[in-house]
Amino acid sequence: MIIGIDVGGTHTDAVLIRDGRLSKKIKLLTRQDHLMASLLDAADYLLEGEDLSRIERLAISTTLSTNAIVERKIDRVGMVISSGPGLSPGQLPKFQDTYYVSGYMNHRGIEVTPLKERELDDILEDFRKKGIRHAGVAGKFSCRNPQQEIRIGNGLKGATDHVSLGHRLSGQLNFPRRMATAYLNAAIWSRHRQFVREVENFMAEKRITAPCYILKADGGTIELPQSVDTPAQTILSGPAASIMGTLPFVEPGQDAVILDIGGTTTDIAVLADGVPLLEPLGVTLGGYKTLIRGLRTRSIGIGGDSTVKIVQGRIVIGPERTGPAVAFGGPAPTPTDAMVASGRLPLGDRKASEQAMQPLAEQMKRSLPETAEAIFSLTCDLIAQAVTEVMEDINSQPVYTIHELLEGKTVVPKALYAVGGPAEVMAAPLGKRLGWSSHVPGNAEVANAIGVALSRTTAEVALLADTERGILTFAEEGLQIPVSKRFSREEAIGLAREKLLEKARRLGASENDMDMEITEDLVFPMVRDFYATGKNIRIKVQIKPGLASYLKSGE
Amino acid sequence: MTMERKSKKTGLIFFPAFDWAISPTHPEREERLLYTQDQVFEEGLLDFDNIVEYKPGLAAKEDIDRTHICVPDAASVTTDSHLIAAGGTIRAAQAVLEGKVDNAFALVRPPGHHAMKVVHGARGFCNVNMEAVMIDYIRRHYGPKRIAVIDTDCHHGDGTQDIFWHDPHTLCISIHQDGRTLYPGTGFHQEMGGPNALGTTINIPLPPGTSDEGFFHTLDHAILPILEEFKPDLVINSAGQDNHYTDPITNMRFTAQGYARLNEKLAPDIAVLEGGYSIEKALPYVNVGIILAMAGIDYSHVREPDYDAATLKQTGDITRFVEKSAEMAYQVWKERKNFRERIVGHNRSMTRRKHVYYDTDGISEEQEETVRICDDCGGMVTIDSQADTGRRIFAVIVPYLACPRCRQAGEEAYDKADNRRYAGVYFQDKDRDLFRVK
Repeated sequence: MIIGIDVGGTHTDAVLIRDGRLSKKIKLLTRQDHLMASLLDAADYLLEGEDLSRIERLAISTTLSTNAIVERKIDRVGMVISSGPGLSPGQLPKFQDTYYVSGYMNHRGIEVTPLKERELDDILEDFRKKGIRHAGVAGKFSCRNPQQEIRIGNGLKGATDHVSLGHRLSGQLNFPRRMATAYLNAAIWSRHRQFVREVENFMAEKRITAPCYILKADGGTIELPQSVDTPAQTILSGPAASIMGTLPFVEPGQDAVILDIGGTTTDIAVLADGVPLLEPLGVTLGGYKTLIRGLRTRSIGIGGDSTVKIVQGRIVIGPERTGPAVAFGGPAPTPTDAMVASGRLPLGDRKASEQAMQPLAEQMKRSLPETAEAIFSLTCDLIAQAVTEVMEDINSQPVYTIHELLEGKTVVPKALYAVGGPAEVMAAPLGKRLGWSSHVPGNAEVANAIGVALSRTTAEVALLADTERGILTFAEEGLQIPVSKRFSREEAIGLAREKLLEKARRLGASENDMDMEITEDLVFPMVRDFYATGKNIRIKVQIKPGLASYLKSGE
Repeated sequence: MTMERKSKKTGLIFFPAFDWAISPTHPEREERLLYTQDQVFEEGLLDFDNIVEYKPGLAAKEDIDRTHICVPDAASVTTDSHLIAAGGTIRAAQAVLEGKVDNAFALVRPPGHHAMKVVHGARGFCNVNMEAVMIDYIRRHYGPKRIAVIDTDCHHGDGTQDIFWHDPHTLCISIHQDGRTLYPGTGFHQEMGGPNALGTTINIPLPPGTSDEGFFHTLDHAILPILEEFKPDLVINSAGQDNHYTDPITNMRFTAQGYARLNEKLAPDIAVLEGGYSIEKALPYVNVGIILAMAGIDYSHVREPDYDAATLKQTGDITRFVEKSAEMAYQVWKERKNFRERIVGHNRSMTRRKHVYYDTDGISEEQEETVRICDDCGGMVTIDSQADTGRRIFAVIVPYLACPRCRQAGEEAYDKADNRRYAGVYFQDKDRDLFRVK
């Protein structure tokens, strides 16, 4: 059996899946002051009367790190930056304690200016004075050559509890995002480590020997102990849980859109050939643009509880939410009230909704049913329009080869999957507006937990071989090895796959569940003074987000 | 020192064509914009709210035929890469003219500024002229515009000059390394436009070894004052990057800071990449500098790793040469109206004979171009062109904002042309967007 638990901001969902069937489920209000207690409550409920030795795996997702960042309950971090020429420091992300050091790498990973180790002494002195115990290090082009970051890290290690190195967190280019990612990782490190320890204690107490996994923002899981030094990967796993939890109900292999219609917002995610699309660079959280791999979602400020107003004779929906719908005791009319008042949604206090709608109808100089209908219709229009924009965005994403420009895949969904409170009522009208089929997956109230339980382990590897210099770099592994002039693209792909398998195994992937895919495959002949001098080979491979096992229908 | 700058919304059309080369070891190859992409991505420029990336479309056959006379036809002299580069340039124009951005930079390849009106093949790595195709597109789709093209490539923008030679509504200023020392060997002060468009072609040759100082002198004493008086609706920077001190095929001493500042001062509405083949040492820094300058973001920290101000200073001789060149260029502009009588006299038409060598494709062309002398428009043009491919063609061009008499003369010339003598007789009417072949 598999246990999946999602500790979300409002609710904690948990499921027990036995022989591929949903066997137990529970939904609790999350205890804001004590997320760990919510997790344990849910686990206790599911495991009551179960033979704990039969657990194959336990998988969790938590909003702990996300909340910590949003609420700024994070550790003070000393950021050590080697930036070299380019953007001026005024344009780079700002942190409370930032130290610029000498030394930089160029775009090929060639060291242009060396570090001045002496500068680190002053920084450490300042750390001591300020009581800084956590550090982040980010160097420009460190993913091309991590040596300077590694040396800075070694210099700081002795005097700190933790040092986050930029190149370890992503192989992607983007220096400002690398800074932010290293910062966030260092800032939540101790909190996350504490969480990991508590879960491990709980498991030890219960004598659960099955592996425990944690969900990442990219919809993949890794074994809990593997997440200790890279906690940033686990932020924003909530939206990923919801998308992954819808996958078991989606016909495999198709282009589709998943809508999570919540109270305040509606989140839009897209599947291409059945696989959720990733953010091109990384997720954004608390104003920080990062290199943290995450599922691509677009959130719009329209949900079931958005406040509805009439402004100069026109209906305005959201983006603010003042509380739940009037039908459920809230203060102001919402799209949910429009659905209740019109009888579409047979829930809550219909009279109250009607009363709340009445002033709007008067302002509109229309009947109450007409007004309710207009509000509902506009809500659907706005969401459908946002979905259309998301698709346009995705299909107009820049490409850099003629082949991709002329032959590149376009994502053309034909199906809409809606979850969330008003999904039942809104799915069909939304599908009609988009010209797609519409579906409402079952067990939507515990979709997050299902997603957590079933997601496979993901991993990615970026390889850069510069045969002119005779160096191959696996950025995130901090690894550079010599290669010969004759090193080929085929060898590079072979090596990258090998490295990916190794990494995935380490992170907890099972042998028979490694759906690999090449996401970048570029070879540039290098020519200097009209002579071929080598090749610049760039390979990225990944294990795509997906389900480790499927859910059989029926309870 | 950080200057206060006004933030601008800048459109970026980045199309490095990573799967296309003229030939494996040609400077115009897959690798050319690789390190530029690395630098632009690493600096995170696309995360700025005021920098927006657009995907290029493909230019249509009609877009090429509106500008060029391709022999035998557009499809034969262009590949997908040319259509995407032209399409990317058009995309930049659309973003600006539809008000989505304040300015735009088409970072596309291959270049186009050596492509002339008639195209028998590729010369100077160029088949079609991106800026010219874009300008004709703009006028077709967004109405009449006075346009200035400032060609800042190190090579004379002879293709752009040729295409707008007779167009008084398009000001073409080219600054470049002196033609006596560099391909294509033209671009002297006395090349000042056709008889109906005297002074709207301006050439400013600069000596080898010109540094930032020389470029800014030219900008301040010739280009900006001329622009001030021409009052263009749009300024286009034909932005070659081969004036850089590390460029392997030229001899100038311009820097990344210089390029950024030039774009800040020139404030082009649209910039289009032309040449520039120092792919590792110059392009990454120059392009980052230009993008930041166009977007109004502090570029003071953009610098080449091997930058050394002392070695990049220009000599006193060079300074004097530059000052004289800028002065002469400004005189051409100032005196343009006085040249007309002397050059045109009582002629009713004037003819120029040209020999064009297509170095990239190894084709030679002999051309006779005749323009009708006209006080009301750029003048109807006929071209008789014979290439050593064996193809001889005749073309009639009714100019942009043509007067009725030139249009009528053009129609008559086309009707009269005997297509048995030619592989093709072409008719191009800009205002009516007509293109015919017989």
